Amino acid sequence: MATTTGVPSPPAAGPGEGGSLPRKRPLGAEMLFRGTTTAAGTMVLVIIVAIAVFLIWQAVPALTDNDANFLTEENWYANDNPPRFGIAATAFGTVLTAVIALLLAVPVALGIALCLSHYAPKRVATPLGFIIDLLAAVPSVVFGLWGRDYFFEPVQGLSRFLHENLGWLPIFGSEGPYGKSVLLGSIVLAIMILPIVTSLSREVFMQTPAQNEEAALALGATKWEMIRTAVLPFGRPGIIASVMLGLGRALGETIALALTLGGVYKVSFDLIGPGGTSIAANIATRFGEANEVGRSALIASGLVLFAITLVVNMIARAIVYRRREFVGGSA
Amino acid sequence: MAKRIEAHGVTAFYSSFKAIDSINMTIEPKSVTALIGPSGCGKSTFLRSINRMHEVLPGARNEGKLLIDGQNVYDNDVDVTAVRRMIGMVFQRPNPFPTMSIYDNVISGLRLNGVRKKSTLDDAVEKALRGANLWNEVKDRLPRPGAGLSGGQQQRLCIARAIAVEPQVLLMDEPCSALDPISTLKIEDLISELKNRFTIVIVTHNMQQAARVSDRTGFFSIDQTGDPGRLIEYDDTSKIFTNPSEKKTEDYITGRFG
Ligand SMILES: Nc1ncnc2c1ncn2[C@@H]1O[C@H](COP(=O)(O)OP(=O)(O)OP(=O)(O)O)[C@@H](O)[C@H]1O
Ligand SMILES: [Mg+2]
Repeated sequence: MATTTGVPSPPAAGPGEGGSLPRKRPLGAEMLFRGTTTAAGTMVLVIIVAIAVFLIWQAVPALTDNDANFLTEENWYANDNPPRFGIAATAFGTVLTAVIALLLAVPVALGIALCLSHYAPKRVATPLGFIIDLLAAVPSVVFGLWGRDYFFEPVQGLSRFLHENLGWLPIFGSEGPYGKSVLLGSIVLAIMILPIVTSLSREVFMQTPAQNEEAALALGATKWEMIRTAVLPFGRPGIIASVMLGLGRALGETIALALTLGGVYKVSFDLIGPGGTSIAANIATRFGEANEVGRSALIASGLVLFAITLVVNMIARAIVYRRREFVGGSA
Repeated sequence: MAKRIEAHGVTAFYSSFKAIDSINMTIEPKSVTALIGPSGCGKSTFLRSINRMHEVLPGARNEGKLLIDGQNVYDNDVDVTAVRRMIGMVFQRPNPFPTMSIYDNVISGLRLNGVRKKSTLDDAVEKALRGANLWNEVKDRLPRPGAGLSGGQQQRLCIARAIAVEPQVLLMDEPCSALDPISTLKIEDLISELKNRFTIVIVTHNMQQAARVSDRTGFFSIDQTGDPGRLIEYDDTSKIFTNPSEKKTEDYITGRFG
């Protein structure tokens, strides 16, 4: 493959050296590239550590003043003297809304992605894919306002329906009044993360090697069996990555949840009653009114969000890496 | 088990481009038929037309009749997946499923057929891998990824995957073109063994290989680029290689063309 033409010729061998091989070039593009990437990588690490240190340092005053147990207290009276606050309700609400949003969004997103990558004719799939990519870039406040103004009533109706028919389930036990609730927040979140999960998983599905799809079809697989045999297993790490990205957005979502959750500081699985809060929404709604200790307390809750996101990402990586040797090994 | 294949005027299009024109050919059960000819003359297209894999590509379609034991597989009411289950296919580049173990690769066809019983699957894996001359090399690492094997082993794994479902016909598109001479010989030996059970059609660019493994040989060619490929001559392999009736075949065999 490599011919000698075009490759810089080795320095002429001196007499007696007998055709020595070209020496390593000390300051080539290779070195420059390696230097830049190492510097960039180190920088990212340093910045992350610096942020963490700064946040911890800012959070310590409130944590030492706190009159309640930070981890188990549900309420948030951080401006009081002495301050009483904890992340039990907000952290729980954050995870609960994000998980419900994922449960609602991921099946739909994967379905749409598969439709676009493997079922729809190209001239429909290409513009639709483009629109979904655009939707993924819509700022969350737009979704939040839209959800608050246009989903409020439908979700009220849905809540009533769920209570009447599935009221024996504790999650649908609330008698109302129905309105801003975990359900409304989760639905808006689900709609918000739908485009990003769809867009990424569509990209992943389209990268399935044609030779694997043909191998399945030649064995007599139907289209759906081919997808199960070749497309989904191949796309698994990508699906997980896109779901994690969606989860990341859901966990960190601020405005959309501040606009649609009830702002009730209570650990509860009640989805339809007035309730729900999240760390990010709590920070957004309280930062303005917070005094010095209050601000420090909010930063402490931010640290918890940071930790939750980190744990989620580590779990995702563990899943992706567990079967790494099985992925992308061929051809 | 093995079936007779009859092509009557099989024609294949890629959108508006006609790639092969009116191929007529009868392939006897339990024989090896080699398809040879210059690049681009439609050998792969014809091969893929036998198990209806041609139509998988967007815009691709077939015309004519292709009978397997008298049944036209192009009939509208024929179940494509049933046709493909009956006709195994091995591709030019080894394509084991990258996410699957060796074991799972071999049984992937059986899974599609709904076989679930562990003992049946275990037996089928051993039989198929022995059939593909791969058993001794992989029997200790069946749970390992199929993609971790050497190229030649991967190709034999693909053969095992294809024969595990006991098809009646086996199509092979240049199965040795990515392999070293030793692996090639192993696969050629394998073809001679498999011939006792299956009807085999193999596309090859290697004329010694065609002469070594096949009973009958079909020579495809095109007049000029843009024209559809045609079957120029189809006869016993010994006749094609020693005393072809067509001038074009002779030119190709002796290296004066293609
Ligand atoms: N996917 C495709 N789309 C459009 N045209 C195609 C496609 N695949 C093949 N062709 C065309 O059809 C003709 C026959 O191709 P085919 O692959 O059957 O040739 P072949 O005899 O197998 O060649 P080779 O020996 O190089 O594999 C060629 O002119 C080729 O350019
Ligand atoms: Mg070919």
